[in-house]
Parts: sequence; C-alpha cells; structure tokens
Amino acid sequence: MGEFKVHRVRFFDYMPSGIRALAFNRDIERIAVARMDGSVEVFHCSDRFFQEKIIPGREQCGIEGLSWVGERLFSAGLNGGITEYDLTNQKVKYTVDAYGGPIWTIAGNQQGTHLAVGCEDGTVKLFEVNEDKIQFERNLDRQKSRIISLSWHPSGSKIAAGMMDMIQIFNVETGHSVHRLLADRGVGTSRSKECVVWSVVYLSDGTIISGDSVGMVKLWDDQTGTLIKSHNVTKCDVLALSVSQNEDSLVAGTSEGTVVQFQFISMVLGKDDKEWVRTRTFKNHTHDIRAVAEITTAVVSGGMDAQLVVRPLLDKVEVRSAASALRKIHFPHRRLVSCARKSGLMLFQYPGHLELWRLGESEGKGEDDIHLFVKRNPEKLLHLKVKGEDHIRCSAVSPCGEWIVYSTASSLRLYRLHCDNNNVSITKVLQISTELSANQLCFSSDSSHLFSASTQSSVHLVSLSQSGCKFVGTLKPKSGERTIGIRESSKIIPASEDGKWLASANSDHEVHIYNLQTRKAHCTVPVYSSAVTAMGIHPTTNCLFMMYADQQMCEYSIEQKQYTDWSRMVQRKGLHRFWMERDTPCLNVMFNPQHPSHVILHDTYMLCIIDQSLPLPDDKTQFYNQLTLKSLPEEQRKSHSHAFKVCKTFKDILCVELMSDQSLVVVERPLEDVASQLPAPIKQKKFAT
Amino acid sequence: MATLYEGYTLCGVGPVQNSSNIGILGVEQGRDIDYVLVTDSSRSITVYKVSDQKPTGSWSVKQGQIISCPAVFNTQSQEYVVVTDDRVVRVWKEDDVNLEKAFKATVSADVLRVLSATDSEPVVLFCCGAVRFLDSLLASPQQPIEDVLTEDEIIRWSTIVKAEHQLVVLFSTEQRGEHCLYVQRFNPNTLVKHRIETEPGLSAPISFSATCRGSNIHLLYLYLNGSVYESVLPFRSSSTGAEGVQALSCSLCLSLPLGEEKLMSGAAVVLDEAHVAVIGFPHPSAGACKDYLCIWNTHFQTLQASKEMAGRIYSQLWCYSGKLYVPHGKMLSVIPFDCQKSSLAAAMGKLKQTSRSGKDFSVEIWNICPNVKSALTVDQLVEHIKTSAVEDVQAEVGEFIRRAPQADLQLAAGRVALELVSRSQTDANFYPQCAFLQLLETRYLCYSVCPELLSLAMVKKDFHLCQIAFQIFSDIPEAVTCACLKAILSTPDLEMETVNLDTDSVIFMKELTQAHSRSDEEGGQLNGFCPPALESDVSDTPSNKLQRDPLSLDMSCPVGLHKGALLNEVLQTAYSDRSLLPHLKDLTVPQVIVFLQYLRFLYFKYSHDAHKQIRALRTPSISQIIDWVCLLLDAHFTVLAVAPEAKRLVFDLHKFVRSQVKLYAELGKIEGSLQVLKNSKQSEDFGMYAIQVIELF
Repeated sequence: MGEFKVHRVRFFDYMPSGIRALAFNRDIERIAVARMDGSVEVFHCSDRFFQEKIIPGREQCGIEGLSWVGERLFSAGLNGGITEYDLTNQKVKYTVDAYGGPIWTIAGNQQGTHLAVGCEDGTVKLFEVNEDKIQFERNLDRQKSRIISLSWHPSGSKIAAGMMDMIQIFNVETGHSVHRLLADRGVGTSRSKECVVWSVVYLSDGTIISGDSVGMVKLWDDQTGTLIKSHNVTKCDVLALSVSQNEDSLVAGTSEGTVVQFQFISMVLGKDDKEWVRTRTFKNHTHDIRAVAEITTAVVSGGMDAQLVVRPLLDKVEVRSAASALRKIHFPHRRLVSCARKSGLMLFQYPGHLELWRLGESEGKGEDDIHLFVKRNPEKLLHLKVKGEDHIRCSAVSPCGEWIVYSTASSLRLYRLHCDNNNVSITKVLQISTELSANQLCFSSDSSHLFSASTQSSVHLVSLSQSGCKFVGTLKPKSGERTIGIRESSKIIPASEDGKWLASANSDHEVHIYNLQTRKAHCTVPVYSSAVTAMGIHPTTNCLFMMYADQQMCEYSIEQKQYTDWSRMVQRKGLHRFWMERDTPCLNVMFNPQHPSHVILHDTYMLCIIDQSLPLPDDKTQFYNQLTLKSLPEEQRKSHSHAFKVCKTFKDILCVELMSDQSLVVVERPLEDVASQLPAPIKQKKFAT
Repeated sequence: MATLYEGYTLCGVGPVQNSSNIGILGVEQGRDIDYVLVTDSSRSITVYKVSDQKPTGSWSVKQGQIISCPAVFNTQSQEYVVVTDDRVVRVWKEDDVNLEKAFKATVSADVLRVLSATDSEPVVLFCCGAVRFLDSLLASPQQPIEDVLTEDEIIRWSTIVKAEHQLVVLFSTEQRGEHCLYVQRFNPNTLVKHRIETEPGLSAPISFSATCRGSNIHLLYLYLNGSVYESVLPFRSSSTGAEGVQALSCSLCLSLPLGEEKLMSGAAVVLDEAHVAVIGFPHPSAGACKDYLCIWNTHFQTLQASKEMAGRIYSQLWCYSGKLYVPHGKMLSVIPFDCQKSSLAAAMGKLKQTSRSGKDFSVEIWNICPNVKSALTVDQLVEHIKTSAVEDVQAEVGEFIRRAPQADLQLAAGRVALELVSRSQTDANFYPQCAFLQLLETRYLCYSVCPELLSLAMVKKDFHLCQIAFQIFSDIPEAVTCACLKAILSTPDLEMETVNLDTDSVIFMKELTQAHSRSDEEGGQLNGFCPPALESDVSDTPSNKLQRDPLSLDMSCPVGLHKGALLNEVLQTAYSDRSLLPHLKDLTVPQVIVFLQYLRFLYFKYSHDAHKQIRALRTPSISQIIDWVCLLLDAHFTVLAVAPEAKRLVFDLHKFVRSQVKLYAELGKIEGSLQVLKNSKQSEDFGMYAIQVIELF
C-alpha cells in the first residue's frame, strides 16, 4: 500500500499534572478532576470517559477540593477562594474569598443548598448557594487547628470535620460541636507526629468513616462518639475516601498507590447484621493517591502520577464490554501539538509557554532499512512565554508557518513569525481581550484566515495578510430550533482545503457546517449520542469525516447534506470488535491528497489508515493483519487485506500529522519518560515484596 | 439428571375417618395412561383424567359399608373391581351409575387386595396369603380358600409384576418381627418364600417397590434408618425347585441422610434402574423439615431433584407413567418427572448425554418392554449372554456391534458389558475376552459405565484387556489404578512375557532398552550432555570408577519389556495426586523399589536420549515420570529412608537429580541473559528524534 517517511519526535517534554481532587456527579454522569496546576477537567462517565471539558488553570491556584452542587461545579484552594466554573464556556465564572486563610476542603450538602469549606484558621464556613452566586452564611464553632476534611450527613443536619488528631461533629443548626472523636497517633517514632485526618465520610446510618495519616480506616458511631472498628490499611497515609451512593461500598486511596475496597456485607449468609469488611485491593498507581471516587460500577482514582484510573467493579457490571474495561487516562483528549504542514514546523503547547521546533532532514538510507540518516537535527526556533497568570487554553501555527496564535482564558494573541536564515523574530500582531478568547484555534489551509471557536457555538473569522489582520465576522449556527438555552462552546473546527467549508463541533454533540463564502450556516449533522473526538473535511469530495468517543465513525457529504454510502455501509456492517474495544479516542483525522480513498486516524496507541476502497473486516477476519500481509507474497496480499491498516509501531502518541511532503510527524511521549520525571514514590517495589 | 416438574392438584383428600389415618387407600392405573383410579377411605372411588385434572366418574358405597381395598381396573373386561367389607367383591362398568346395583359376590375368606396388571386377569390376594385369578374366583365365589400363611403372619405389602406375559405376585409379611417375602408365580403355580435378611438392628422395612428389568424383578425396600436395599429375583422360577425358606440376598444401594428428628414413616418408589423417588425423608441441605419429595440416583448416591411438599405427608407415593402421585396436606398432587440416564462419565462430560425414553426399561408393570423387532435387540442379547456358551456370546456380541446403529450402541454397549461382566463373575468358566475387546473398541465404554470390567480383567490376569482399558478409559479411579499397578508389579516377568500386548507399546520398550545398549557401545553421550562436575560427590563416594565417570549410572531396565509396557500405561493415566497418594501407600516395599527403579530407568533414559525420538503413539512424558517419582517418594518416604535395599537406588537418583538441578540453574542464567538481549532489541532506543520509514500493506 505504501511507505511513509516518519519523523519520530520524542522531545516534547509534556508533563501531565498530578490529580488533586475528584468529584462525581451521579445525575449527569460526569466526573470532575482537579489537577495540581489548577486545571479542572470534566469526563463523561458513560461516554467511555471522554474528556469533554478542560478549564485551564493559572499560576498559584492550588485547588484542594471540588464539589458539585446540582450541575454546578465549585472548587476551593489554598489561595483562600471558592471558585465556580462556567462549564458551558469552559472558564472560571467567579471567585469568592472565604477570608479564612487557605481552604483545605469543600463539601456541598445533598440538598444542594449549602457549601461548607474547611479553613486553615480552624473554621468551617457555610455558604448558601444562590441562583447565580454563593453567599457567606455563617461560621461553625471555631476550632484550634485547621480543618482538613469535611463530610455532610446526607440529611444535611450534621457535618463531620477531620482535623489534626481528631474529628469534630457539628450540628449545622446550632453551629456547635456535638462530639469530638480522638484519633490515635501512630506507635513508636510517629507517636510525636500529629495524626492528620485526611478524609471523612458521613453515612446516613450515623457511621463516620475516617482515613488518617497513621494508615487507619476507622469507623465511628456519631451517637455515642465511640470507635466501632478500625482497619489498618497501610503503613503510610490514607489520603482519600469515597462511598458508593447506596453506602454498601467504600474505597480508600493510600499514599502507597493502592486503593482498598470495603464492602458492607453480612457476615453470615442470609443474616441481616452487616459489617464493613475489607474486600479488595487495587494497585494501579505508583504514587500517592490523592483522590478516589466510587461510581458504583467502577472505582476512579487519581494521584501524583497524573493518571486517571478507572477500575471497573466487575460484580457491578452487567455486560462486560469495552466500555467496562480497566482504563488509564494519561493524556488529554485534545491536541497539544500543531504542525505547519507546508514549512515543517511544530508548535508544542505547554501550560505556561509555547515552543516552536523545526523538523530535521534526512539523507539516504541509514544502517538498516528502517532508520534514515539524519542530516539535520531538529531545531528549537522559539520559546514563547505566556503573558499573565492564566495557562494556555489552545494554540495553533499556520500551515505556512508564518503565524502563531494562542489563547488563554483572558485573551487571544496572534504573532507573526519572521525567519530569515538563522534569525527568528516575532512581532505581536493582535491582542484581543476576553470576549474573543477561543476554545479552539485553526488556520485556513492557505493561511489567509484564522478561525477561532468561541462561546455559544460561534466561530470568529480573522483575515490575515502581510499588512496586518482584520476581524471580518462571526459564524453563528442557525437560530431556529433552539433560541432559549445556552449554546455550548465550540471545540473542534476543521476547515476544508478549498476554503469553502468549515465545520464546528460542540460538547452538546452538535456539529454545524458553515459556508465560508456566504458566511452562513449551511447545515447541521444529525446529532449522535457520543461526542465527536476528531473530524476532518476531505479535500476533494468535501465530505466531513467524524470520529466519535465510542469509536464509531461517520462520513457526511456536505454538498448532499447526507451520510455517504460508505458511512451507511460501515453502520450497517458494524465495525470490528477490536476497533470498538480500543480505549483511547481518535484525536486527528487526516487525508492524503495522493490517495483520495485514504483516511488517516490515530489514537494514543496506534496509527490507522482506512482505505475506503477495500472491503470492511467482519468479526471473523484478522483485524491486525499487517504482519500477516508482510509475510505474504505481493499477489496474495490483495485478497487478505481489508480497509483498516493499523500500525502499532508507535506508542503513547500525542499527535500525528501528515505534512505536505507526504511525510508523517509522530509525536510520542513515552510513559517511562513521564514516570522518570515524577518525584520518587513513597513505596518502591523491591524484590518479592 | 432427573427433573421434577411443576406439579398440580388432582383432588382433595377427604377427612381422615378410619383407624389407619390414611385419606387415600390407593391410586391405581385407569383404562389408559391418562386415567387413574383414586380410592379414598371415605367410601368413594373416583376416576380422574389426569391431564384434565377432572373426575370422569365417581362411585360410592352405602353408609355402613367400608371399602377395604383400592379399586382396580380390569383392562381385559373393561370393568372396575373393588372389595367392600373384606369379603364382597363388586364388579361394575364405566356406565354403571349405582354401585349397589352392580354385580357383587361374597367370597369365603377375607380379601386383602385385588391386583391388576394391564392386559391380564386381575389377581385376588387373600389375607391368608392365597391367590386366585378373579375370573376363577367369581365362577365359584364360595370356593374354599387355603391358608398359606401361619396364623399371626400379616401381609404388609403386595404388588403384581408383569413382563413377557408372565405375572408374578409379590407380598411381604411380618411375623414376630421376622420379615418374609413371598413370590407367587403362575403357570406353573409356585410360591417361594424368602426371608428378608438385613443387618441386625434394623426394624421393619417401611416401603417396598418392585420393578421388572430384563428378566429379573428388582425389589427395593426402604428402612426407617434411611437405608434402601435392593434384591434381585429371577422372573421365571428357578428350576432348582428348592423347598422351604430361601434367604433373600440383598445389597445396600442407597443411604438416605437422616435429619435430627426421629422419622416415623416414609415411602420410596423406583423410577428407573438408577433413580428412586423418596418421600418423608429430610432433604440433606434443607434442615429438619422432612416434607420433601426427592429423586435420588442410586448409582452415584446423589440427590437429583427435590420438591417441597406442603402439609402433612402420608408416606404414600405412587408412580404411573412418568407422574408421581403424592397425597399431602389436604390434596393429592400429581408431579410429572423425567429421569435421564446418567453416568458419572456423562456428568463429567465424557459421555454424550442422551435423553432416553424408557426404551429398554419399563417404569412400572403395565409398561412392558417393547416387543422384539429385529433378530438382535439388546434385550435378547442380554438374555443370550445369561445362558449361551462363550463362543456364541462372543459371536453374537460381535454381530451386534457391527449391526447396531451408533446411537443405540452407545446406550447398549454399557449394558452388554455389564451383563457380560456379571456372568463372568458368577461363572468361572465364562470369560469372553474377544467380546470385551470389541466392546472397548467401540469407545462407548468408560470406567464408570462398567466399573467391574477392569477388576475382572485383573482377576483373570488379562493384561491385554487391562492395557486397552487403560488406553481408552479416561476416568479410572485412583484406587483402581493403584490396584492395577500392584497387580502388574506383583506378576512375575516370566508370566508377563507370555501375555499378548499392544505391539506399539512393546516396540517402544524394545527401542528404549536397545537404545541403552547402543549408546553404551558407542561409549559416549551423544547429545553433549555434560553436567558440571560433581565435586561434592567425589568425596561422598570414594569409588574410583565413579570418579572417572560421575554418570556411570545403572541403565539396565529393572523389569521385562511387557511389564514395562504395562507400567507405561499406568503412568499415562489421569489422576489427582491427593487421591492417589493414600492408595499408593498400599504398595509393598519390594514393589515400591522395583517401580522406583523402573521410573529411574525411564528418567535416565529420557534425560540421555532426549535427542532420540522413538516413534510410538503413546509414550509417558518426562513430566509424568517425574510426577510419579515425586508421588512415590512422598508415599513411601520412611520406607525408602529405612529400607537398606533402597539406599543405592535413592543415592543414584539423588545424584542425578542434583546434577540436573545444577544444569538447569545454569540454563536459567543463560535464559536471563537471552531475555535481556531480546528485550533490548525490542525497545529500539533512538533517543529523542529519528526519521524512519514505515511500510503499510
């Protein structure tokens, strides 16, 4: 079928940030993740844990806790403020200072009326959740030491607060402490160290469960204030606890990287007297687990090693499928690399800066058939620091390599790049403030226009020329069927090669197609239940090729406003089992102008070329057949090949791009490299331990 | 597996009036299999159509009269027969409305029961033990009735069995705690009295059930302690004509688990050759509640199905044409059931499970064996096996195997084999080896189908049959494996060499022993096998010879070729070591030593001639040999430690094993290095940047 020259790039030093907090919203099946760098991500639990939203962080905002109140998401951090997020536009809505010093924990009650935060100064502060803001209501009795953890009784009448060496139970009505539960310190040398109650959980039957720095999970009775039972889970700290909705399963995350499950089960079969029994231990992390969430069908955990692990509880899963497999999410589900296809440049997006690299060049064959001799090494052209405290939300380099654009939560900046021989310089061309800040940026293929996806599903157009740039207009979806309600912000915007069409997808799963010549909405692709993860417009046929989070694919003819025959055939015949079982979403759709029937896709673990002229594989055919085909003589290959040509040579792929000289750029970030840059774990595996 | 289906209520059981506390006198078969005749103790007789759960006719006697035995249906004359007030026999037809107007005859002695079988004249059993056909009795009702039983002998139970147009009446009696069984045959009329002999301490049998199977009557009786015994009576009277009381041999076929409560009553009924329905005994896992109807498999002593019965159990149970009739509480329930032939092999998945429809077995007396159709049915063959000469039997079995369709053969092979084995066991001159071999070759036999075959072959010293059985049976119990091993080891080699064995295995043994001598001639190890020098051994054994060649091991085969071939078969059987170990302890010291010597011989051979592939279909694998060595060492550790003759053997073995361990330790190191090499090749480390060419096909 063909050879590709591949630039294998491993010098993008992307470091995912450690996970600090998790909050699961059962009603909308979303899990929110707060990272060390202050970014907040929202994953859709029933859509293969697709990362729907990313709210970039900013310098010096250590988030310590996350809490859902209804469909609203709040965080609190060491900067002392409580932040509400605007999830539709993926940005911070407002921040309220609690005036209690650093905030260690935040918890919303089940009724959705109040938020409680635990502060460094020893107060538990109650905030009333209003329609559009939160309002400080009062303090509970002030304690002598900081409040580390909080948990509301499901009735909302009591709060348990974990502190140094003790747990206090507050009556919310009076604000007074009802009971004081003393947590024991460790034995031996740790006797002198305070026992930190890292996490508490208040159950509806009045049981309080605590996890502390001594490594104990303790069960307390809130009526008598006595210890019922204690389980020694680890030698290190128990950092996080989470209980299932029906309160029959509890998970505890430890700083050894293990998650320990407890279940509320009867000791004698058929009898009714139940006890909390330690049942399972999962070890999927190498470092501290800072947050866990029991989401009934799975345990989600995250910590310092920056990966989000979804460990399915197979006894709760009714149908075993790809959707219920163990899932480890290492990389964001969007692209951090953009390539200038015509000039061989790559733009790497870090939270606080951008790097521009020029690809190397090869000459002739190397010592073996695979590796080519590198004539010129890749070269770093530019290191562009972001202005202000906000982290970069998105960035792009134009295909010609002349323009660089990035956007933070507060502003959008466009730069022009001048390269003459070895001298690289940039000039700022445009700076637009808040209302134009983009969720996604993209250039037209002739570099004459910049498209910026913005709030309310709109796309702004900026025309670029040697003389400067000009804002030329805004594309808005047809406002017919949905006049009321907030439009989700757009995310993925590929423009067609001939500059005629633009498609934008938003997190409401809507895909709008605009005609760039008339600057009007052209049509809308039928809404599918899963989110679009990548799409592309075919340069010759003008068909929109879409990849969905559930690994389905669709091809939609823009001109005929209907799915193509090939797409219908795929839907009718179904995709191969192995294709559907992949657990990372496809992140880019590319087309090869020399082979119009080829669609190039990639996810984290593979690169795939779909040849639409070949038959589709059914479940009986060998899906990964490249090795088989390689061993077959030329004339037999035809009869054995099918449409999916999967290359698994590359691992931990962040980006694949097809350059205009037909070479591929594959940006890998090996997980071993990530792991080697993490701090040393508390517990390291020795032989036979 | 047997199944109890959802039952339904046929009728209510009236209030108990009589002294025996029983609501229903009896349930009898009606005019065809869908009709039953229910006689209740409150003066009425009702005919039910079972599938409709509806009464189709009902008759009752006048106030003051008592029905003294269950009514029966005479299929020959299409009339109902009942006895009232012990002596009045009443006969009526379906369309008679009033029982009072029906024909009645008063007889001269008390009638116990009228027994009826399909397509034959009903038989009247008198309380005194005399028996008359109904038609002859009605011809002269007042004829004198002789006393068969002694004065205080009481009939406890009676039944009639019919097969091949032959009727047999069975009844059991009790006299001062002694229980007897009378067998009344007709044409010629003979009455044989058997004494039921069981273990002392058992009380009276509480329930009987008889079936006709082949040419035997199988009588099952249940005791209060949960034991179910089986006795087999020949259908035709034996020509010996022995007078007086014969002891009735019986065998325990099932022990029902007992609950804590003391049981007062219970009932059992045979469903087929392997299944018994039992009521009144506790369910083994359902606590003390005893109101369960259970189906037990007598072959495997397993509970196959059970059903809880609500209300009081009357310890009555009838079975007609695939349905059980159980009075309980205030109702009579009909519970359909289904028993499939089960063998352990089937349960283990080693035999194809075939559901059978009682083809060669009649569930109850009216369900006669199907008529002989072709020249060679299973039943006929089985009959012939009982009587014919060895040669004839072998010819017939061969013929049968050739001609029977595969599906039938699968069922029949086991039965024929069982029959052949049982004849061989009783008749010392009867041993149809050819027939057994032919049956084995059908591959429809397995150990659990015919467990006696292997032990029979051992008794007859038929090692050829043993060898074939070992090759074919995959489910030989460890105890039997060990018994065979013992027999093989204890048979002298001279005797063994005369046995005709599977040539393939003998050739293997020949090759094995010759290979030894050949390699000796060449005087070197061909495979370059050279373990590290055994420095420590040099000091242990000052022998110069050993010093020169640390591996001058005893490589002669300790047993003859044929014995070796048989031992190889034993080595290849499937076993679980935990079950095998206790049986392995039964071997005597010389046997252990010979066996271990042989295993050592094999082990050395295999280690030395590993490069040599001897072409044979079945050879023990090296891991099988090692496993047996381990087992043998475990089982006889102390013996081997103490016995002086074992010292040299154990020493040699240890020396060799130690050298092997050293060798494998070295291999482990090499493997580790190779693994690293392989891994390093896989993770092609190209640094931060490379330009490659990939090719997609």
